[in-house]
Amino acid sequence: MENNMFKLTKKLQTIGFAMVAIGLLALAYGFIAGLGGDRIIANLHLNGFYFMSLGLIGMFFVAVHAIAESGWQVSMQRVGEAMSYFIPVGGIIMLLVFLFGGMHHLFEWTDEAHLDRILLGKVAYLNQPFFYIRFAVFFAGWILLAWMIRKTSRELDINGDKKYFNKLRKYSAFYVVFLAITSVISSWDWLMSIDAHWFSTLYGWYVFSSMLVTGFSVIVIFTFVLKKMGYMQHVNDEHIHDMAKYMFGLSIFWAYLWFSQYMLIWYANIPEETIYFYERLKYFDTIFYMNLIVNFAIPFLLLMTRNSKRVFWVVVPVAVIIFIGHWIDLYQLIMPGAVGHEAAGIGFLEIGLTIGFIGLFMLVTFYGLSKAPLVPKNHPFYEESLHYHTNY
Amino acid sequence: MNNSYITAYYYDEEELLEGIRQIKEKGVEILDVMTPFPVHGLDKAIGLRRSRLTRVAFWGGTIGALIGFLFQAWVFTQAYVINFGGKPFFAVPSFMPVTFEMAVLFSAFSMVLAFLIYFKLGPGAKPIIYDERSTDDRFLLIVKAGDADETKNIEKALSQAGAEGIKHKA
Repeated sequence: MENNMFKLTKKLQTIGFAMVAIGLLALAYGFIAGLGGDRIIANLHLNGFYFMSLGLIGMFFVAVHAIAESGWQVSMQRVGEAMSYFIPVGGIIMLLVFLFGGMHHLFEWTDEAHLDRILLGKVAYLNQPFFYIRFAVFFAGWILLAWMIRKTSRELDINGDKKYFNKLRKYSAFYVVFLAITSVISSWDWLMSIDAHWFSTLYGWYVFSSMLVTGFSVIVIFTFVLKKMGYMQHVNDEHIHDMAKYMFGLSIFWAYLWFSQYMLIWYANIPEETIYFYERLKYFDTIFYMNLIVNFAIPFLLLMTRNSKRVFWVVVPVAVIIFIGHWIDLYQLIMPGAVGHEAAGIGFLEIGLTIGFIGLFMLVTFYGLSKAPLVPKNHPFYEESLHYHTNY
Repeated sequence: MNNSYITAYYYDEEELLEGIRQIKEKGVEILDVMTPFPVHGLDKAIGLRRSRLTRVAFWGGTIGALIGFLFQAWVFTQAYVINFGGKPFFAVPSFMPVTFEMAVLFSAFSMVLAFLIYFKLGPGAKPIIYDERSTDDRFLLIVKAGDADETKNIEKALSQAGAEGIKHKA
């Protein structure tokens, strides 16, 4: 009989805290080496947003399948629920970054004395009080709905009553609709307004598709780690096959949005729009092309055949590559605008800080996993999930 | 060559799967099964191999993408050179939409054509109806018949397994 309760062992805690310590070390190194406020703040912002968005997608995974009344995901939905524990943690980190210098270092529109005509025209939206109000609304909604979904899911596990299943669907629908709107608006606030003169109408979807494919990849990685530790033995090729389909399809979707944005701007060649890509192609060309290869070509080619989608040893490395790739994607969204090509770089600060955030994210997710049974045995679709099988 | 076969139908998929199991135990070759809806586990039960249509799709798509890309490259650099808003003549981003559409088109068409050719379908094809009940709600099983004695045995086995409407066609 396998153990259905996850235990956050001392060993895991040690690994997690060691990684967090590396992160703090990198942060201290950033200050001591005098890498500049811009670069340190931008890195904290990058990682804060990146890992917070993984939490959002963890809950999205649960919610969207609850609405669709699908059954196969039940055996791994606790991973998504546990990831959502990071939403408030990431929110606090982001708030601290914004409060202590972030507004000034990241966003040029906060410098109210020196606004040009274009930015003056955007003051109705891009002003600090409204920015913080939006921030509060986003996080209040996400944390509240995620908490309600987790609570209902746990009640469903205890009682198995259909009433809770319907409640779960209702909250999930609210969450998905709320996230659909807020993920777009928040990406304007936190990422697009770094280059405040520039705008793109599909930016929000682009960021969301990036979040989505990374979040699903991270669910795969966590499931694999749990399986190696001896939990969740019922997760088999069939479930991994479906997750790999998500990774494959969403990578293509991401590339589609990337290209749609790039080609229109390239073709129209309007200076105020082209400047965005001009900067990235001139000073960040390695990052720019790596972004495409790592996030599109590799998942596309490696996950194309049916057989490779069913093998952990292919799917998990690709998931790790996607995880790194979308960090790079976010890097090229933030750094050119917030830091500039002279100060930006990838060194111990970037890598160490990311390791620190991975450690923190791991600790929070494992803590979340230890709060409830790993498999909701009373879920109406639990049995269906065990017998799930997919042909193609 | 012995081309004769026996058809029989079942009322539901559980009976069908059980019948297939029993027929296979007797070592009789199953030619085909027709069902009104997809049946779970049927592919495995009759030992069906995975479809090779995906390979057709891949190569069709690759050929389509190559044709689309190379044709544009030839047209815009050799055959009919026009300056579009100061863009380079060999402008890869602007080739991409056509390349993508050609890949999709060729992959879809090659799949349809491969399917039609392999199953000898298409305009003017004569439909083969093994048993009229298979066009309604019955699960039809078609097995290979042997000589007279064997055929009798198979028919007996089929009716024992709960099959109905057993017909032998030479």
